[in-house]
Amino acid sequence: MDIFLQQVINGLVQGSIYALVALGYTMVYGIIELVNFAHGEVVMVGALVSLSVIERLVSRGYTGWPLIVISVLVAIPTCIALGLGIERVAYRPLRRAPRLAPLISAIGVSIALQQIAALIWGRNYLHYPDILPKTQYLIGGAVISQVQVVILLSAAVLMAALWVLVQRTRLGRAMRATAQNPAVAGLMGVDVNRIIATTFVVGSALAAVAGTLIGAYYQVGNHTMGFLLGLKAFTAAVLGGIGSLGGAMAGGLLLGVIENLGAGYMGKLTDGAVGSNYSDVFAFLMLVLVLIFRPSGLLGERGVEKV
Amino acid sequence: MSALLEVSGLEVHYGGIQAVKGIDLRVNQGELVTLIGANGAGKTSTLKALAGLLRPAAGQIRFAGQSLVGMPVHQLIRNGLALVPEGRGVFPRLTVAENLMMGAYVRRDADGIIADLERMYGLFERLHERREQKAGTLSGGEQQMLAIGRALMGRPRMLLLDEPSMGLAPLMVQKIIGVIRQVANEGMTVLLVEQNARLALQAAERAYVMEGGRISFEDTAQACLNDPRVRAAYLGE
Ligand SMILES: Nc1ncnc2c1ncn2[C@@H]1O[C@H](COP(=O)(O)OP(=O)(O)O)[C@@H](O)[C@H]1O
Ligand SMILES: [Mg+2]
Repeated sequence: MDIFLQQVINGLVQGSIYALVALGYTMVYGIIELVNFAHGEVVMVGALVSLSVIERLVSRGYTGWPLIVISVLVAIPTCIALGLGIERVAYRPLRRAPRLAPLISAIGVSIALQQIAALIWGRNYLHYPDILPKTQYLIGGAVISQVQVVILLSAAVLMAALWVLVQRTRLGRAMRATAQNPAVAGLMGVDVNRIIATTFVVGSALAAVAGTLIGAYYQVGNHTMGFLLGLKAFTAAVLGGIGSLGGAMAGGLLLGVIENLGAGYMGKLTDGAVGSNYSDVFAFLMLVLVLIFRPSGLLGERGVEKV
Repeated sequence: MSALLEVSGLEVHYGGIQAVKGIDLRVNQGELVTLIGANGAGKTSTLKALAGLLRPAAGQIRFAGQSLVGMPVHQLIRNGLALVPEGRGVFPRLTVAENLMMGAYVRRDADGIIADLERMYGLFERLHERREQKAGTLSGGEQQMLAIGRALMGRPRMLLLDEPSMGLAPLMVQKIIGVIRQVANEGMTVLLVEQNARLALQAAERAYVMEGGRISFEDTAQACLNDPRVRAAYLGE
């Protein structure tokens, strides 16, 4: 087996999920310069809502991919409503407050959502029923599962769609203009509040998909799952250059690959002293290194396309 | 003549600072009026209040018979008023063409927008050459052209310009003023805010002189050019 190729594949799969989540961070940051620390919790809610839908439908005899599709169709509006609610209640009133205020508000929302999720879904790890085919495909000495293929494809399609939305539509142009100069965008007739809300809608919809895909892939979730995931995706956004769409995509994929390669080779390099369970360390090591040596991120130079 | 814009008793405060202390001002349909004054006189604050970027502490603003006070900024252009802000305010990472399209954001007549885009490229050749370039890479003068073109793309009834000559080389200033004059000649109502008094008075029909948040003098532009007080204070004589 080709370990390198295998870890790259696994890394790209995990990384494309990071990328979907990182896009939510980066879009919101690009437009209101706020790190939406509650974004990881929106992903968690997406994952647990789709789990609930799946469980309900499994008991009625449904199975396979259609179940995932139905569950994501429930998770998306739920997460959108949640994202809009967070923006309206926790951030909009603080738009002119010192920058620390919305950050604290974000952390508060994050904790509140975790606790509410614990009330709804309990505090134990929840396991997803086995509903997806275990089909695997061989590519050059490595295997890729059907679930992995679907994750890669859906992430690719969503990112392409987002790119078109932001770069090629009137709405996307207004989003970019608002990110660059909200006061002047207002003079052009752009309702800045609506544009900000729209970025939360888009980010939350992507979070819902990411949550559903994570559930399908790892088949386990609980009320705290958004924390580490959010931190990783935020790292990916910083890695790529926060505020940059391309950066979030590249940063997510890169982080996934680095983590998995690190995990794959760590044991070997250290003769088993440090095992693959240290893979999280890589993510945060990367974050620290980037913040020290290239705080604007890999793609986050001046002149980069912000949303 | 009918007033298109009518301001009365306008006051703007920043906390305890009174930047505009109750001014009256009127611009008639089709007129090019200038508001001149030294740095810090309160000109920008006045325009920001007109645009809804600042809430006036007191006073009335009527445009085409309608009150503008309390109107959200994004309704300004829908009401027919376009502000070219101080410092131009182009979107640096949008292309020239995208900036112009942003000016037409509230319009839905695709054909008319394309026609106006061509009209702007005719008015400003440089913008046509650089239409695919990011606006942030343009020179100051080109950015000012873009800001004016972008405002015109919204098909406003009136143009508010905040110091379009600021920081530009003399030749570019002449070009910009020429364009403003041309737009006015074609029937646009214009309120031109300037620190460069000589230039503004040569272009405008009427003028207001602002000092310390108050209008200290108003007359035809020609009369201002001949007035000894204005000459001493603003024309360096
Ligand atoms: N954001 C602000 N906060 C506090 N004071 C301000 C602010 N903007 C302008 N001022 C003050 O208001 C006065 C008028 O400023 P401004 O309207 O910018 O004048 P002008 O455009 O004529 O140069 C000045 O004294 C300035 O210092
Ligand atoms: Mg000014």
